Amino acid sequence: MMRRTCIYVFALLFSCSMCLPIRAQVTFDRLVHASKEPQNWLTYSGDYSGRRHSELTQINTGNVKNLVARWIYQTGALGKFETTPLVVDGILYGTAQDNRVYALDARTGRPIWQYQYLYPSDIRPCCGRVNRGLAILGDKVFLGTLDAHVVALDAKTGSVVWDVAAVDYRKGYSFTLAPLAVKNMIVVGISGGEYGTRGFVEAYDANSGARKWRFYTTPGPGEPGHETWAGDSWKTGGAPAWITGVYDKDTDQLFWTTGNPAPSNRKAQREGDNLFSNSLIALDTDTGKLNWYFQYTKHDDHDWDSTQVPVMVELDGKKLIAHANRNGYFYLIDRTTGKLILSRPFATTTWSDTYDTEGRPVATKESSPTLEGRKVCPGAAGSTNWMSPSFDPQTRLFYVTAREQCDIFSTAEQTNEEGHAYYGSAYFPADDAEPYWGALRALDPLTGEKKWEFRHISPSWSGVLTTGGGLAFTGDSEGNFIALEASTGKALWHFQMGGAVYAAPIAYAIDGKEYLAIAAGSALFTFTLP
Amino acid sequence: MKIKNAWGRPVARGNRVARGAVSAIFCTILVLTVASSTAIAQQTNPFAGDAKAAKAGESQFRANCAFCHGLGARGGGRGPDLTRAQKRHGKTDADLFRTINDGIPGTAMPQNGTTSQGVGMTAEEIWQVITYIRSVEKKSALLPAGDAAHGDKLFHSSAGCFTCHMINGKGGRLGPELTNIATARSVESLVDSVRNPSRHLAIGLIENTKEFPQEYETVSVVTADGEAFTGVALNEDNFSLQMLDTQQQIHLLEKDKLKSFKKTRESLMPAYVKKTLPDHDLQDLLAYLFQVSAK
Repeated sequence: MMRRTCIYVFALLFSCSMCLPIRAQVTFDRLVHASKEPQNWLTYSGDYSGRRHSELTQINTGNVKNLVARWIYQTGALGKFETTPLVVDGILYGTAQDNRVYALDARTGRPIWQYQYLYPSDIRPCCGRVNRGLAILGDKVFLGTLDAHVVALDAKTGSVVWDVAAVDYRKGYSFTLAPLAVKNMIVVGISGGEYGTRGFVEAYDANSGARKWRFYTTPGPGEPGHETWAGDSWKTGGAPAWITGVYDKDTDQLFWTTGNPAPSNRKAQREGDNLFSNSLIALDTDTGKLNWYFQYTKHDDHDWDSTQVPVMVELDGKKLIAHANRNGYFYLIDRTTGKLILSRPFATTTWSDTYDTEGRPVATKESSPTLEGRKVCPGAAGSTNWMSPSFDPQTRLFYVTAREQCDIFSTAEQTNEEGHAYYGSAYFPADDAEPYWGALRALDPLTGEKKWEFRHISPSWSGVLTTGGGLAFTGDSEGNFIALEASTGKALWHFQMGGAVYAAPIAYAIDGKEYLAIAAGSALFTFTLP
Repeated sequence: MKIKNAWGRPVARGNRVARGAVSAIFCTILVLTVASSTAIAQQTNPFAGDAKAAKAGESQFRANCAFCHGLGARGGGRGPDLTRAQKRHGKTDADLFRTINDGIPGTAMPQNGTTSQGVGMTAEEIWQVITYIRSVEKKSALLPAGDAAHGDKLFHSSAGCFTCHMINGKGGRLGPELTNIATARSVESLVDSVRNPSRHLAIGLIENTKEFPQEYETVSVVTADGEAFTGVALNEDNFSLQMLDTQQQIHLLEKDKLKSFKKTRESLMPAYVKKTLPDHDLQDLLAYLFQVSAK
């Protein structure tokens, strides 16, 4: 009798909680068709294409002026808050910069569970302790940690299901990216190009945590590309892969981008093209085998990582990848062959004055750093960086956060010591006191031509979201969340969040109500119509 | 020492509580052990006078410090000249270690490892940097040879500095407060600021999440009512402006409601060329600023 009462109570409770139906399983099929469920945000870039575009239309150019803050979630964590949350059937899953994970009621921001990953005190990841988010697959969410572990958590409770160490963090390795779930695998790319590391992209079995494959971005002896590294320099050649790649179901390939060769500012210590640093690589999903590559910057000595999300677009019947690179050039690449179609500057560049036979910009001798330093544009932070771009299929425009800043690049010989930073010197602000500024730029991806720009007072680290409502959303370093008309760049609405934006917005919907979410300062903000 | 447990206690259920608790205890012990050994280590430089460590320190300095403190540690418009023996935030090795590791709150000097640049430094690397700084430090005080008393007079009368600049709570508000400026900038940068103030605008408000500080830019506005003001931007974003006009009144303005808004990098401060301020007077002014700053 007692038992039966309990069952009734549970049934009642359960039916109440069913006010919001929770579908537990996020299958690979759902991820493949993510754009068909715009109420959810299922991967780092929203879907596998990397477009960071939402089909939701409720908030549009006509009513966006009425947008109001809906709820705010304070993490209390300090440093740059770079997370892109995921939203699945009413639950928002996010991270904070200190490797905590939280699941929130996406209608109210109230936590359902919280998890803190404890990392050792002696980690030294580059550029602050950050994390950009999670992957979700089945009934688990997946985190890459600052001490280079991959952790699977139960999506309902936050309990650890498995936790594997990818590599020894004491050598300078870490994970900062949001993993990508593909098939039954969790794909991650390593950070640590500031050390004498060896970059890689790798995949884990989502259920067991067993590693399925690893692709090293600096090839070993006998592997293609090995000859592009002088001596043993491939062993410490960096080429990390710290931004989430994209997946092409038609060809069953992963497209991933890689970072700078190490030491970043001293190419004399690694003669050769340094493959596959600063490249777009196409990997077979099941084996991690390289199908093709395109190297954006050969033998780089300006730290111009190519770790920007490569965006898969279909234009004029062609399957393409659009990529605005840190080196200041916009590239259009045929993703069936890896062949370059177009490269054109989208910001001020001084490092190249000619193109090679394939159409790739070639660095001038004068742009190479010296001991005293030489002024080069863009500066070390690049014409853009890791902030997510967006492609809007309605406007057929590519949106990128651009930066106008030149630096003086210096170089000095440096011996590599394991676990110690390996930069080959440094960069400084150019001494002519030019103000640094930024802009959200809308480019025609077929020509690279700038259609409009929305100027930022100081360079922004915010990514971009476009929506079916004809809007482009972005943030700025002054703390504003801004809605622009996607076709013209006209500012239609803004909200002051009180902290700089180092993240990209997302859109989701619950019970027919569209939400926008973005991280700023130490808090996650959401917005809806009143 | 950077392990943070965000909620003070493990929030999980089941076996994760046990695991979390064990980890927490283990980590606490680890932190205490490391903390106590670091505390001892922080008193003395293990590499003092070691030329090889100074060389390694120079490499670290170029990567982590030179952005503000300049190549050769000679300072600039962003950070103090570290070749001076006198250091505002303490000159012992232990003081330098603390300054580098913990940063100086309220200034642009960040905590080790928290900048957007690079990976920060280990304790060993910080000591190497200190060894390097000692190797380039000038033994003499290197103070400007001017007459501080005359500089004081110039500041408060004929040169008119006090109308816009404050020292020890007295003076104008239109320009940067100057009580500590002499220890915060190189002599070259101070001279440049007087002779050619528009070349590098002074740094104003620093917001803790923002990459760049606000600068002393000149703004001119005409409001919807037709009122015109010129002054300096205290802060600004794409949509609003907070300014101090030349009458030292604050105006809080929405840009889309202004009839006109102009911003220039021509400083409101007049350029004090040699005709109006001869070199010897400038030396006296600098001597005064150093005297104030040293207190």
